[in-house]
Amino acid sequence: MNLTLKIWRQASSSAPGGIHTYQLGGVSEDMSFLEMLDLLNEELVTKGEEPVAFDSDCREGICGMCSLMINGQAHGPEVTTTCQLHMRSFKDGDTITIEPWRASTFPVIKDLIVDRSAFDRIIQSGGYISANTGSAPEANSVPAPRDKAMHAFNAATCIGCGACVAACPNGSASLFMGAKITHLGDLPQGQPERYSRVVGMVAQHDHEGFGGCTNIGECTAACPKGIPLDVISQLNKDLRTAMVHGF
Amino acid sequence: MADTTTYYPGLEPTNEPSVQTSDDAAGYYTLGDKLVDPKAPTGQIEQRWTTRKFENRLVNPANRRKLDIIIVGTGLAGGAAAATLGEAGYNVKSFCYQDSPRRAHSIAAQGGINASKNYKSDGDSDYRLFYDTVKGGDFRARESNVYRLAEVSTNIIDQCVAQGVPFAREYGGLLDNRSFGGVLVSRTFYARGQTGQQLLLGAYQAMERQVAAGTVEAFTRHEMLDLILVDGRARGIVARNMVTGEIETHLADVVVLATGGYGNVFYLSTNAMGSNVMAAWRAHRKGAYMANPCYTQIHPTCIPVTGAHQSKLTLMSESLRNDGRVWVPKKAEDCDKDPRDIPVEDRDYFLERMYPSYGNLVTRDIASRAAKYMCDDGRGVGPQVEEKQKDGTTTLMRRGVYLDLADAIARLGRDKVEEKYDNLLDMYQRITGEDPYQVPMRIYPAVHYVMGGLWVDYELQSNITGLFVTGEANFSDHGANRLGASALMQGLADGYFVLPNTIADYLADGPFEKLDDSHPAVQEALTSVTERVDQLMSINGERSVESIHKELGHIMWEYCGMERTKEGLTEAIGLIRELKKEFWTNVKVLGSADSLNQDLEKANRVADFIELGELMCIDALNRRESCGGHFRGESQTEDGEALRHDDEFAYVAAWEWGGEDGSPVLHKEDLIYTATKMKARSYK
Amino acid sequence: MAASGIVFVLFVLVHMYGNLKAFSGEVAFNEYAHHLRIFGEPMLPENGLLWIIRIVLLVSLVAHVGSAVALMRRARAQRPVKYQVKRNNASSLSSRTMRWGGLTLFVFLIWHLLNFTIVKINPAGDQSADITENPYRLMVSSFDLWWMTLIYLVAMLALGFHLHHGTYSALQTLGWVNSASARAKAKIAGWVIAIVIAGGFSLVPLAVLFGVID
Repeated sequence: MNLTLKIWRQASSSAPGGIHTYQLGGVSEDMSFLEMLDLLNEELVTKGEEPVAFDSDCREGICGMCSLMINGQAHGPEVTTTCQLHMRSFKDGDTITIEPWRASTFPVIKDLIVDRSAFDRIIQSGGYISANTGSAPEANSVPAPRDKAMHAFNAATCIGCGACVAACPNGSASLFMGAKITHLGDLPQGQPERYSRVVGMVAQHDHEGFGGCTNIGECTAACPKGIPLDVISQLNKDLRTAMVHGF
Repeated sequence: MADTTTYYPGLEPTNEPSVQTSDDAAGYYTLGDKLVDPKAPTGQIEQRWTTRKFENRLVNPANRRKLDIIIVGTGLAGGAAAATLGEAGYNVKSFCYQDSPRRAHSIAAQGGINASKNYKSDGDSDYRLFYDTVKGGDFRARESNVYRLAEVSTNIIDQCVAQGVPFAREYGGLLDNRSFGGVLVSRTFYARGQTGQQLLLGAYQAMERQVAAGTVEAFTRHEMLDLILVDGRARGIVARNMVTGEIETHLADVVVLATGGYGNVFYLSTNAMGSNVMAAWRAHRKGAYMANPCYTQIHPTCIPVTGAHQSKLTLMSESLRNDGRVWVPKKAEDCDKDPRDIPVEDRDYFLERMYPSYGNLVTRDIASRAAKYMCDDGRGVGPQVEEKQKDGTTTLMRRGVYLDLADAIARLGRDKVEEKYDNLLDMYQRITGEDPYQVPMRIYPAVHYVMGGLWVDYELQSNITGLFVTGEANFSDHGANRLGASALMQGLADGYFVLPNTIADYLADGPFEKLDDSHPAVQEALTSVTERVDQLMSINGERSVESIHKELGHIMWEYCGMERTKEGLTEAIGLIRELKKEFWTNVKVLGSADSLNQDLEKANRVADFIELGELMCIDALNRRESCGGHFRGESQTEDGEALRHDDEFAYVAAWEWGGEDGSPVLHKEDLIYTATKMKARSYK
Repeated sequence: MAASGIVFVLFVLVHMYGNLKAFSGEVAFNEYAHHLRIFGEPMLPENGLLWIIRIVLLVSLVAHVGSAVALMRRARAQRPVKYQVKRNNASSLSSRTMRWGGLTLFVFLIWHLLNFTIVKINPAGDQSADITENPYRLMVSSFDLWWMTLIYLVAMLALGFHLHHGTYSALQTLGWVNSASARAKAKIAGWVIAIVIAGGFSLVPLAVLFGVID
């Protein structure tokens, strides 16, 4: 198939950016979206033009490195990561607009690559259980109810890609935060730090400049792992409890 | 397979050192001195690690903050080590090429992690896990290392649960186990099909906690380009800041490489796009031995290549072979037909035909090779993909065999099949656009893991003083073949429990002489890296890095893939040498070196893959036996089974860099077993 | 945001109930209005309850608008470069129009207070004491004008939208929507409150306009 690609190009974080238009032929529907971009880059290199920079690593939908706003949708039209999106979701003659995640907390580094280190800093401010290596008790000494453990697992499948922030009109990272708070808060091991965790993470989230949550729900619709909005409610509940108890 | 295990205490050798009589790689290498692990423990197998832990020196907590540790890589081995050493109070600098430590490729492991907890009371023990691992590795691993791995496996589970890893649980709230990879006990802990992700996030969170505590400094989007040696001791690295392009030096008292495997030498593999050998290869060029580089694990059930555009391969869990029947059409002319229109009598259920007792459940390497033979025979299925032939012409080949769930769906009902394989089949449908409930799935083998890596002693230190290597990047624990659910175990064992202990013994001699960038050794490393980058940027030839990488991958897959022969490997070495010339005279790298430049990153990596590829072929050429992930066409039984030669090859092949124009030097480390006895495996 | 919003939800519920008194006729309606002023006497002074309510509402209004402005500012600062193309996949129209709806309600509120509380402007022009001292007559006289009824209907549409997302959103923010079934219930609550309140308020002006009440 033949496509018209409108791609955001930006030489560096400080340089101005803009949309460039490319025509690309010979796209097969078996290609993944990123392989389509590989093809474009191979053509650009042959022509002596600098290839389009974009992030990807595992290309099997789990590492969370790939991003891309595709025709106004985070990770494109299917509920999956960009690397798992295939060209059969498009048709011959389509125009595809490709932009980076837009958020001041995710500054553009180059073309479609953004800096998501703010997520690491949110985790640093409480997204863990303090258990020094070697200090752990026997694993089966603390049973965890099966449904709670499954609930925790579902929240823990977050891949930290940032699609929730990109899709949210407020640029909030509440879904990302809520997923971690729910994951750790659902397990018996996570209880001792449950309330200091939520206070620390929310403070860092706000300090970074992420927007507030207005419960619109675009995040969960864009989430390639289907993390539900419940986790944000859980976050709010824990935060409320923490505030009441003066954490 | 019923298997009787005999217990050996580890006090007397059960085999003699091997004596190599063949010399297929003559002319391609020089034979060096025999290698002996200077840190090898002795005594009863169960006591070796305990004794070593006690005898190793400790570092006074007050001194730890004066000691700097560099850890390259943030996967299970690197992330766990950074967290643990940070908790202990050392100054850790952690490096990764991704934008966050959480993205390391350990995250993609699906199946699970082994541990000899014996929660099922099915007769598991450290000794049994040890035995299964050594046997699974075709008796090409060091027994002391493997026993230690089995011993700490239970601590790993405790640690991970304490960190909040949401393992699968039973109704009573206790941990669930499943069986995995053809062993007779249920010892695999899992978190649905995303165990690697959950374990990695546990290590990542522990590490980020130390970042907040100020003991770990994380350098993301940084790639190691060289190792800094001062007076023969590893004292730092040269790294490129991938955002600004700046070449930086980082100095420390000790350097740890936890940089993963090099499966991407095949271009197509299940590795991440960025997985590469550069850190390990730079260390190799500085003197570190590369051990058993030819041991490559090929996984039989991956989604086949669809065309020249293919950038990576995706694994489908092997469990599908429990319910799927593998077949190809009997007649080549049926290959483009709708498989549902091919009557049963025209189908060749080749695994069931060739291996009647194990059928579709034969081991990974046998299943993989059988699929290759069928496709070579012109009976592959799926899209035709262009393939370069030995004579340089290209032909169209179909590379795929059917994995048919129709019988299972008829027997169990669609609901049951869906329940068992739900996620997997969805993923298949997303990638191929075909509905596996209606049309047989197509699968083909793909490179998945490498057992080879930098040589290390029992304490995970390479032959370069002060350079430690952990996880998939070292060679130590899996022998010639890795069992399912053992990679995660090894990464975390190294990172949480082994390295933090052994590195302390090394650091007890520190802090070493303070260094700064003005030291001539540091300057020399910096200059050589800068020159190499400048050279890559200035060749300005005709070919893209990508096209050269693809060509290398093709050579490796064709000649050093599932079946290797003397003739093929010799040919491959010639082709790789030509490709190396082509690369250094005709590659085209666009953009500038002083900004984010993915083309330059790739060029650096591919340059090293080319050199590694040559060494892999030489290693494979020398090892005229079939063992685990290495199958030599010349060494098979009448039935086509792998044939090992313990009398000749029961050794670790540790290769020393022979210089730019020299040939590599082979050091042999004999494998002497005292806690078990070598046996042939049989799956007929 | 959620706490002040819930104050408003409770207020409009009671307010609507009061309005529906109009269907009981002039005497009952005016009686109700008068009773509000002397509610709690002698414990409270005249208009005491009303002032308490007014203060609570005013504080809530400041909190509500203040939070809205803060959220809007954060959102603007977070996305200085807009997407060239952006599609909304999941959000309801009501959730995306909260800020416009809020502004509409605010403007309406000013007019509403001028109309019925502070100045008692009678849009029909009759400013006699007979009208301004008689809430029922002022109301009927106002809603006899078709455009007054229209303004009120538009405002009630805005209120309905605002309540539809607001109710659900408040429950979510307060941390009471922690499962799929709770989410379904919270969404239903949003619909019910929006329809009951906006519908209840609309009945009176419509009834006046069509002569059911006069």
